[in-house]
Amino acid sequence: MSIEPAADEVELRVNGDPRRIRVDPRVTLLDALRDEFGLTGPKKGCDLGQCGSCTVLLDGRRITSCLTFAVMHDGREVTTIEGLGGDPEGELHPVQRAFVDHDAFQCGFCTPGQIMAAVALLDEGHAGDDDEIREWMSGNLCRCAAYPNIVTAIAAAAGR
Amino acid sequence: MRPFTYTRPDEPAHAWAELGPDAMYIAGGTNLVDLMKCGVAGPARLVDIGGLPLGGIGSDGDTLRIGALVRNSDLAAHPVVSERLPVLAQALLAGASPQLRNLATLGGNLMQRTRCGYFRDPSMPCNKRLPESGCAALDGDHRGHAVLGTSERCIATHPSDLAVALLALGARVRIDGPGGPRVEPIDAFHLPPGDTPERETTLAHGELITGVEVPLTALGARSHYLKVRERASFAFAMCSVAVALDVREGTVRDARIVLGGVATTPWRAGAAETALIGAPPGTAAFARAGEAATEGARPLRDNGYKVELIRRVVARALTTLTTVEGDRG
Ligand SMILES: Cc1cc2nc3c(=O)[nH]c(=O)nc-3n(C[C@H](O)[C@H](O)[C@H](O)COP(=O)(O)OP(=O)(O)OC[C@H]3O[C@@H](n4cnc5c(N)ncnc54)[C@H](O)[C@@H]3O)c2cc1C
Ligand code: SF4
Ligand code: FES
Ligand code: FES
Repeated sequence: MSIEPAADEVELRVNGDPRRIRVDPRVTLLDALRDEFGLTGPKKGCDLGQCGSCTVLLDGRRITSCLTFAVMHDGREVTTIEGLGGDPEGELHPVQRAFVDHDAFQCGFCTPGQIMAAVALLDEGHAGDDDEIREWMSGNLCRCAAYPNIVTAIAAAAGR
Repeated sequence: MRPFTYTRPDEPAHAWAELGPDAMYIAGGTNLVDLMKCGVAGPARLVDIGGLPLGGIGSDGDTLRIGALVRNSDLAAHPVVSERLPVLAQALLAGASPQLRNLATLGGNLMQRTRCGYFRDPSMPCNKRLPESGCAALDGDHRGHAVLGTSERCIATHPSDLAVALLALGARVRIDGPGGPRVEPIDAFHLPPGDTPERETTLAHGELITGVEVPLTALGARSHYLKVRERASFAFAMCSVAVALDVREGTVRDARIVLGGVATTPWRAGAAETALIGAPPGTAAFARAGEAATEGARPLRDNGYKVELIRRVVARALTTLTTVEGDRG
């Protein structure tokens, strides 16, 4: 005998595309993005809200996608690193460009989360000086400790 | 994770009507999803309160009214909060990370469970998670645990920064539920563990926090939050304090001193307030207040450092507050 898991319908605008899926309510937004939509940019580092590697924008604001269920976000807009530059064959987003130019990563695992957080940080106006950048990037850990270059890249993207 | 059914009502009365005995409310999810993943919470039904009309921040000049669903980030950025309630803005911004604060709600923050590692590990004894199973922290790793308000049954700290600031500001919690609406001063809302550490607040099953009211006073406007952590940012408090002072003609007329990270509930240090009132503000009075704030502390084998931390954090916060005041002229 098999038990069908409960599934709920949810519509999300993912990187500009309206998408309708049926998901088990236990599926986090992070798992839905990765497993249902094939968007593996958001990473599962800790799955506990502690590392920031799963950071995406929800209606334009940064969140940890591992600590919220997909079903809770019907009708909302989600942006992942894949949706940042617009056209995947086209130009990089300025923050992506700055990370490349300033060598702001080593293994790259934390990078999509760092970049999404940095995009939000700039939008919030928290790039006043390096200390402010550090404080407002504190939700994103980097196991390779690329922190100095991450701060430099964000300052550069802010035009400093 | 245990399977559950999901519903998202749009009216408060529907929320408690939907809430069966084995169901839980969810708001931002940043605490509950975590606890469901580690097997500490396993509701059969989730009632998502995100669709209820409990957002919004309003002020009538005397009181700030904050809806339970207001995000921690939005509350910190609200002009009335940043201008008239500095301790609240500072406590919020010292909590969690920017991406968590964008999910975390006011109500959820007040209801969050302790971060005690044994509570989060279902293979360990824990009276708070499983009454009468014992407390692994008493003889275990309790470096981060409470020195104030503890009992033989539980020594877990209350993790919220926001609640510490709200207690210093004399906030009131608005509650509604099957039994009708009620308002409770926040100092009565969180319960010390005593013999029933599984009960953390006065909320009955089905009751909802609908909002919080914060009086806008001169005392609240002269306030400050200091949080000491194991790293510079994004960590729970080892010790924190919310201080508010009314100083006139060289004398402290009124004071609020509330501790976080060292007690089982947000902890009002009444003896420290008494030590300050009537005294001229300054190093001597602040040191006396720091000493008085430790009254009743019961350190264990490995958390005695918190007693010294309380003395210093209280004195430093008061110094910072009065220095900033002096600079303003
Ligand atoms: C890595 C990490 C670091 C953190 N650091 C800090 C920190 O430094 N300082 C700090 O203060 N907090 C910190 N937090 C905790 C965070 O602030 C809380 O998880 C958050 O505030 C909870 O709000 P929520 O809306 O997400 O609650 P949820 O997870 O949705 O709910 C939590 C609980 O509250 C109940 N609930 C929610 N809303 C209501 C309501 N209106 N009425 C009745 N019951 C309700 C739910 O049923 C549930 O039991 C941290 C969390 C994480 C994951
Ligand atoms: S301190 Fe409290 S929460 Fe921690 S193990 Fe003991 S009873 Fe459980
Ligand atoms: S995976 Fe979400 S914060 Fe680490
Ligand atoms: S670049 Fe390796 S974790 Fe950040």
